[in-house]
Amino acid sequence: MAGQTFYDIIRRQGITRRSFLKFCSLTAASLGFEPAVANTMAKALETRERVPVIWMHGLECTCCSESFIRSAHPLVKDVVLSMISLDYDDVLMAAAGHQAEAILEETKQQYKGKYILAVEGNPPLNEGGMFCIDGGRPFVEKLQYMAEDAMAIIAWGSCASWGCVQAAKPNPTQATPIDKVIRDKPIIKVPGCPPIAEVMTGVVTYVTTFGKLPELDRQGRPKMFYSQRVHDKCYRRAHFDAGQFVESWDDEGARKGYCLYKMGCKGPTTYNACATMRWNGGVSFPIQSGHGCIGCSEDGFWDNGSFYDRLTSVQQFGIEANADKVGLTAAAVVGGAIAAHAAITAVKRVTRKNHSADHPNP
Amino acid sequence: MTIQTPNGFALDNSGKRIVVDPVTRIEGHLRIEVNVDQDNIIRNAVSTGTMWRGIEVILKNRDPRDAWAFTERICGVCTGMHAVTSVRAVENALGIHIPENANTIRNLMELAQQAHDHIVHFYHLHALDWVDVVSALSADPKATSALAQSISKWPLSSPGYFKDIQARLRKFIESGQLGPFKNGYWGNASYKLPPEANLMAVAHYLEALDFQKEIVKIHTIFGGKNPHPNWLVGGVPCPINMDATGAGGAINMERLNQVSSIIDQVIAFTDQVYLPDLMAIASFYKGWLHGGGISGTSVLAYGDIPEHANDYSDASLKLPRGAIINGNLAEVHPVDLADPEQIQEFVVHSWYKYPDETRGLHPWDGITEPAYELGAGTKGTKTRIEELDESAKYSWIKAPRWRGHAMEVGPLARWVVGYAQGKPEFKEPVDKVLTDLGLPIDALFSTLGRTAARGLESSWAAHQMRYFQDKLIRNIKAGDSATANTEKWEPSSWPAEVKGVGFSEAPRGALAHWVKIKNTKIDNYQCVVPTTWNGSPRDPQGNIGAFEAALLGTPMSDPGQPLEILRTIHSFDPCLACSTHVIGPDGGAGVEVTVC
Repeated sequence: MAGQTFYDIIRRQGITRRSFLKFCSLTAASLGFEPAVANTMAKALETRERVPVIWMHGLECTCCSESFIRSAHPLVKDVVLSMISLDYDDVLMAAAGHQAEAILEETKQQYKGKYILAVEGNPPLNEGGMFCIDGGRPFVEKLQYMAEDAMAIIAWGSCASWGCVQAAKPNPTQATPIDKVIRDKPIIKVPGCPPIAEVMTGVVTYVTTFGKLPELDRQGRPKMFYSQRVHDKCYRRAHFDAGQFVESWDDEGARKGYCLYKMGCKGPTTYNACATMRWNGGVSFPIQSGHGCIGCSEDGFWDNGSFYDRLTSVQQFGIEANADKVGLTAAAVVGGAIAAHAAITAVKRVTRKNHSADHPNP
Repeated sequence: MTIQTPNGFALDNSGKRIVVDPVTRIEGHLRIEVNVDQDNIIRNAVSTGTMWRGIEVILKNRDPRDAWAFTERICGVCTGMHAVTSVRAVENALGIHIPENANTIRNLMELAQQAHDHIVHFYHLHALDWVDVVSALSADPKATSALAQSISKWPLSSPGYFKDIQARLRKFIESGQLGPFKNGYWGNASYKLPPEANLMAVAHYLEALDFQKEIVKIHTIFGGKNPHPNWLVGGVPCPINMDATGAGGAINMERLNQVSSIIDQVIAFTDQVYLPDLMAIASFYKGWLHGGGISGTSVLAYGDIPEHANDYSDASLKLPRGAIINGNLAEVHPVDLADPEQIQEFVVHSWYKYPDETRGLHPWDGITEPAYELGAGTKGTKTRIEELDESAKYSWIKAPRWRGHAMEVGPLARWVVGYAQGKPEFKEPVDKVLTDLGLPIDALFSTLGRTAARGLESSWAAHQMRYFQDKLIRNIKAGDSATANTEKWEPSSWPAEVKGVGFSEAPRGALAHWVKIKNTKIDNYQCVVPTTWNGSPRDPQGNIGAFEAALLGTPMSDPGQPLEILRTIHSFDPCLACSTHVIGPDGGAGVEVTVC
């Protein structure tokens, strides 16, 4: 009975069409889409077979898988049973050894060009690739083999996207982000160490719902989750603007929830949805719990100095030294802030570009 | 040919060789090879860690206050355990004392991790070794309900509930897209549960998947996110502000209430779902007492969960510390991580080089130089391994030894040490489980015993969370809201050269980090982690490690299906990203670097 769609399955589970449409509306809303998108989503789920997903692991710590199973909406149970067909995932699959390997071959044949390859971790290239052995051979070969016939590839987390901790200097295994070894397939980078759970399920459901990749930025990240800095949406931003800072751990400012910029917060240079979506069902995010952002979704964040070093390139705006003055010039300040932020963004892009030019791809 | 190992095992590699690679439902990459005799009984076992990342060489010359974040990324499953071990190592080196609240909050985070990790392990990594998902389709929902209600007061137990679960499972399986259940070993003769127990377990697999995400919110509250919450040398990053201006941005009444509510849920789930399931499943497998390995002879625990801040003495640690050797439970040896004679690592069968490989090295003086080479008896090539040659180097895991002994670490080791010390909080639950199942104490030393100890520990951890939550509130009530000590935060206040060791009991077992700090930077960093102990290859004397020993003597019902191998290996809850990253002060030198 292959070829069941998501809609068929949930209808047979006794879920009414009304509930199904409600589910589509809620999912669309949680992804931040217009209400009309719910109809597109409903249509997609009514007509498509569950998309096979092959989830492979290279050098990594499994934090991405752990994050994925934390998803509150949708529940990961519903993702796995009703939205995708997670046919291969080292962490969850019942089969091992030959029986596991056989699934890869079968998927490649049966779903040529139709499966999603999700990659957690990255391949090391030193020692002939044997710093990560999978099935007796280098992981990089298995990765490239499964990439050949994939429809699209998801690079989970900072390992697959940028290299992450094992690629921090001096990168002894030559751990390499996957876009450097797979060059002929669309790759969605979902960085973060790990990415936020609902960002992960949001990306998967976007692809299965719309049958296309989300709009990506120049670095290959979905714009819907990575186009704004943590600092831009931080609930402590007003304290930054007012010049109210934590000066020392557990000081008066810390207890009042002041800005963590002076404690090394990397929010001003980090593109992620932590400040808006927050973590673990919206409970908190690093800054809310008193520690600065360490910039874990940024390329090379391990090698940008100590997590407690203050960023030196961030301008401060609208210091509340004179409230009357701020009030009088509010429009100008806001305008200036936007311009200055845009300038920082541009500088940062140029810097990153130069940085990659200095370090040619392996 | 049969070889006798010094630690009492007979190895015979003359029979048919079976290879399992990848071993799935674990963290990281592991390969197992075994030889079975004509009766399909395992007579030789080879455990190979198949990944290496080199985190410690990456740590060299970095700020020691950052080390927790790097080492936390050793493992995202036992997230936080490496981080807390790291901040303890740095605090030990620099003589930093943390506030009482910071100790309590760290304990709460560790205990939440313990409870979470054990639940996810039991239901999502281990259950499918005991539970036949397909068999659940033939269960009678009414009988399943009766079974569930006979063992627990958990409310989700009506016939209708199980009927719905079964219907959902049936539709899923009939869709032909089996997802994670594809190519499983359904119908294998080693599955012993009746359909009703299988259906109950499948229902709880799904419930546990929903529930586990709630437990970790304790990390999110105190550490901002999970996986990989934030930690701090000198305390914890979250301030406490109960009733003053800005309390909304700190640990306040609402946050404490949320922690409290989660603790209630963890206690309920563990005691009303996890433990009853464990006992129900065990009752059908009590005839399958394989997999003991070295658990009955050699176990090691470092201890953890200090009652008092900065007091890491045996008396303060609520999880016990000690070593048992030669199966003598009457004597628990003291363990000193700073003693160069106690813990040493060997590499004669590991893909690393030492100047003299007959000798072991204490972690403070560790050397790691990767040396990937295969023995002459290997079948296949350097990048296409078919069968390994275990007489040569065969793993990315080193072989740590305690006074020369291969040791098992983990929940079973901790509970055996606590039991041997006669501590009632460990002895009484173990005795009750054994009595309820009608099994002798020896039954503890088995795959099943390992799995049972983990369940008991999850419940222990849940109740300890309640204790420490109450303690936190008492301390705040008494007027102490400090969470960080910043006296030695600035590196300018540090001595030129210091060294320290930090330890913990991670869900998988004893974990320690050794750090040397020179001129405010990390000069050397070494981790010896639980799966390094359990998954270790052989040492120069030929002693085999815990994984290898545990597989010996196990009959396989179908050698084409590695179900029994998975069952026993999973009972250790292996973590390979943890175990295979060790590198020493000279590690950079031998590393090949190519630029394509």
